[in-house]
Amino acid sequence: MMRFVVPVLACLMPCVCAAEDYSFPAIADEGSRLVIGSTTDIGVIRTVIDAFQVLNPGIAITYREETTQQLFVEAGEACAGNRRADDLIISSAMDLQVKLVNDGCASEIAATALTALPDHARWRDELFGLTYEPAVIVYNRKLIAPSEAPLDHIALADLLRQPDRFHGKIGTYDIEQSGVGYLFATFDAAQSSTWGRLIEGMGRNAVQLFCCTSDVLDRVADGRLAIGYNVLGSYALTEAERYPDMAIVVPSDYALVLSRAAFIPVGASNSGDALKFLEFTQSPQGRAVLDRDARLFSPVNGAEQLLDVAGMAENAHQSLRPIPLGTSLLVGLDAMKRRQFLKLWRDSLATGRD
Amino acid sequence: MTPASEALNTARPARRKPSLALRIGVAVTLVVALAATAALFSAWRYGWQAANEAFDRLLTGASLQIVERIGVVDDSIVVDIPASAFELLALAREDRVFYRVIGPDGTTLTGYDDLPALEVPEDGGTEIYETQYSGETVRAAVTGRQLVERNVSGLVTVVVAHTMRERTVLAHDIATKAAILVGAASLAIIALALAGVLYGLSPLTRVERALLSRDPNDLSPFEIETPREIETVVDAINRFTRRLDRRIGSVQAFVADAAHQLRTPITAIRAQAEIAAEEKDPERLARLNKRILDRAIGVSRLADQLLSHAMVTHRADAEPRELLDLRRIAMEAEEESQRLGDADLPPPKLDLPDEEVLIAGDRFSLREAVKNLINNAQTHGKAPVSINVRMLDGFARVSVSDFGRGIPADRRDQAGERFRGGGASRTGAGLGLAIVAEVAQSHGGKLEFADLPGGAFEAAIILPTKADQ
Repeated sequence: MMRFVVPVLACLMPCVCAAEDYSFPAIADEGSRLVIGSTTDIGVIRTVIDAFQVLNPGIAITYREETTQQLFVEAGEACAGNRRADDLIISSAMDLQVKLVNDGCASEIAATALTALPDHARWRDELFGLTYEPAVIVYNRKLIAPSEAPLDHIALADLLRQPDRFHGKIGTYDIEQSGVGYLFATFDAAQSSTWGRLIEGMGRNAVQLFCCTSDVLDRVADGRLAIGYNVLGSYALTEAERYPDMAIVVPSDYALVLSRAAFIPVGASNSGDALKFLEFTQSPQGRAVLDRDARLFSPVNGAEQLLDVAGMAENAHQSLRPIPLGTSLLVGLDAMKRRQFLKLWRDSLATGRD
Repeated sequence: MTPASEALNTARPARRKPSLALRIGVAVTLVVALAATAALFSAWRYGWQAANEAFDRLLTGASLQIVERIGVVDDSIVVDIPASAFELLALAREDRVFYRVIGPDGTTLTGYDDLPALEVPEDGGTEIYETQYSGETVRAAVTGRQLVERNVSGLVTVVVAHTMRERTVLAHDIATKAAILVGAASLAIIALALAGVLYGLSPLTRVERALLSRDPNDLSPFEIETPREIETVVDAINRFTRRLDRRIGSVQAFVADAAHQLRTPITAIRAQAEIAAEEKDPERLARLNKRILDRAIGVSRLADQLLSHAMVTHRADAEPRELLDLRRIAMEAEEESQRLGDADLPPPKLDLPDEEVLIAGDRFSLREAVKNLINNAQTHGKAPVSINVRMLDGFARVSVSDFGRGIPADRRDQAGERFRGGGASRTGAGLGLAIVAEVAQSHGGKLEFADLPGGAFEAAIILPTKADQ
């Protein structure tokens, strides 16, 4: 039906984020079953589901964790009527979610709890951003002194000019594999001219590419990597509590902010419970869980929470750039555009290596 | 029930008549409602037009931006879709966006390959159209770029489409605001118009109050300030009261005249009859008898004339005018005076034209008038008496002439007044000329006297012809 890149390759790669179903039986007698298709790690989302079930003891939940591409393909098939639809789709690949909604796969929702969401986290009353996760830089305190810490993108580019110091010691998303990585990269390229220099610097230092944020975090935590670039702040904040050597920088020039986007598919069989779940995430109880346990935050008050937890200056939230839900995300999905952008990315990496 | 309350009752009939203010109000409301409907219709159309213009620019802008980024790299067509094109389309925030780029061979290079595409316009511009896609009506812009490279040439077509949610909202918004404005303006216009109508009709209320507050015995004309539109109504009322006043006046005058004129001769007859009752001398008795008879004839004639005069006066106000030939009137008058008059007198000579002499008038009154003139000529003048009918200077005239002395020149001005013309005589001719004068006046004409060459005296009634009335 349409020409958009669907790298099936991603599923074949050895990756921690493998597809798996988790069942959460109802606390009381099972009244109904809610099927959620999502890309969020079960370890991160578990506390949210538990809190939801405490309030709704009659609802059993099947949580299907998938990669962004897999989830997108399956949702597309369900939309075309070739597959049973999930009741709720939550994905960090905001662009792919926008694409699905643009293709008419989502049903419209009128929910008062969701109207509190800011404009950038809502589209057409169909797609809602549930979280507020900055793209951050992490580094290992043993390898980089806090005085040297790269506080913004230019500082990072400058740091990478030191010959051989960070060779093989910097890691980031493989944007050819990771939807989130690709999304961050396209916005990085649009945000500043330093992006080209930064990629060249990474190429020069034999950057290591990973499919998922957790891989980068693990390696920074144990010192295999010195610097992780563009990792998700939510995971990083949780990990940093466990590994004192890991430090987090929210870039002060600009920090992209991702919102996990959710919609209820047109063919959902249990859209009522799906709506309850959506509303729960933005209710005071739900937001408390997002803030405290998962560090996912909410678009409603994410900026304040983030400044508080990350210990940032009051005026720092001016540099936070939430990626807005809307049709402008579609441009990155254009097959030709993507080919060209990846070529640019590869060329820049290669330029650095030469 | 007093006459005043009776007047009030007739002024306010039980059934309510249609109100002028109401009628004007309804008319104004209808007209304004019609205009408002037309305005609403155009507001609706304008809203759509404005919304389409605004959002079509987004479509056109985005398609042109994409067209600009079509290039050829290594003999293959490359479209580097600019982010700005999609940011432009994202200005229609709630709308879904579709696009398609088609190569010269008809294959879809990128985008939605089942999006319906029209031909690129011949002039290389952009064409806007609506079509169905993804379960909705979408509005699309198609434009193209002619590639002329060594190995790649032909037309690359770019279609950009979006759903119509935002433009519908904008169109409705514009139309609703316009509708509110039109509605408010209409209500204001109606309110102002009604206020204006009530203000304009307020003189009517003044006239109504003046009519109601008037003493029913007061027959003087109304002297209130009236707007031009109902001036004729008030004039008609005034004419009516004037006529009523005149009628009552003439009735009163008749009663007074009759009383005065009849009392004297009757008293005289009675006195002479009393003397006759005492008189033994047959010669004197015969003389008294003759005198009583003369007086009685005079009284009878006087009574005739009084009644005739009353009748004429009444008819002048009451009888409808008919079309009459003055020659016929003259003939009838002559016949009647022959029938009733003294058989000894020589008959009057009739002098009539061949043509009709048409006037509008009352047959009875005119006949009486002519009869009176004949009677006067026979009684006071000298034979031969002649009746003449003709047209002169555009007036119709009927005249009676004789060879008597006529009326002395210094008394002719007063000849038309009651009991003046020629002096009251025992034969009771005092009313004759007064009747004639009144008939002439009530027909819009006049009574004239003239001395004719050859010693004749002429009394003429001069009347306007039919054409003048």
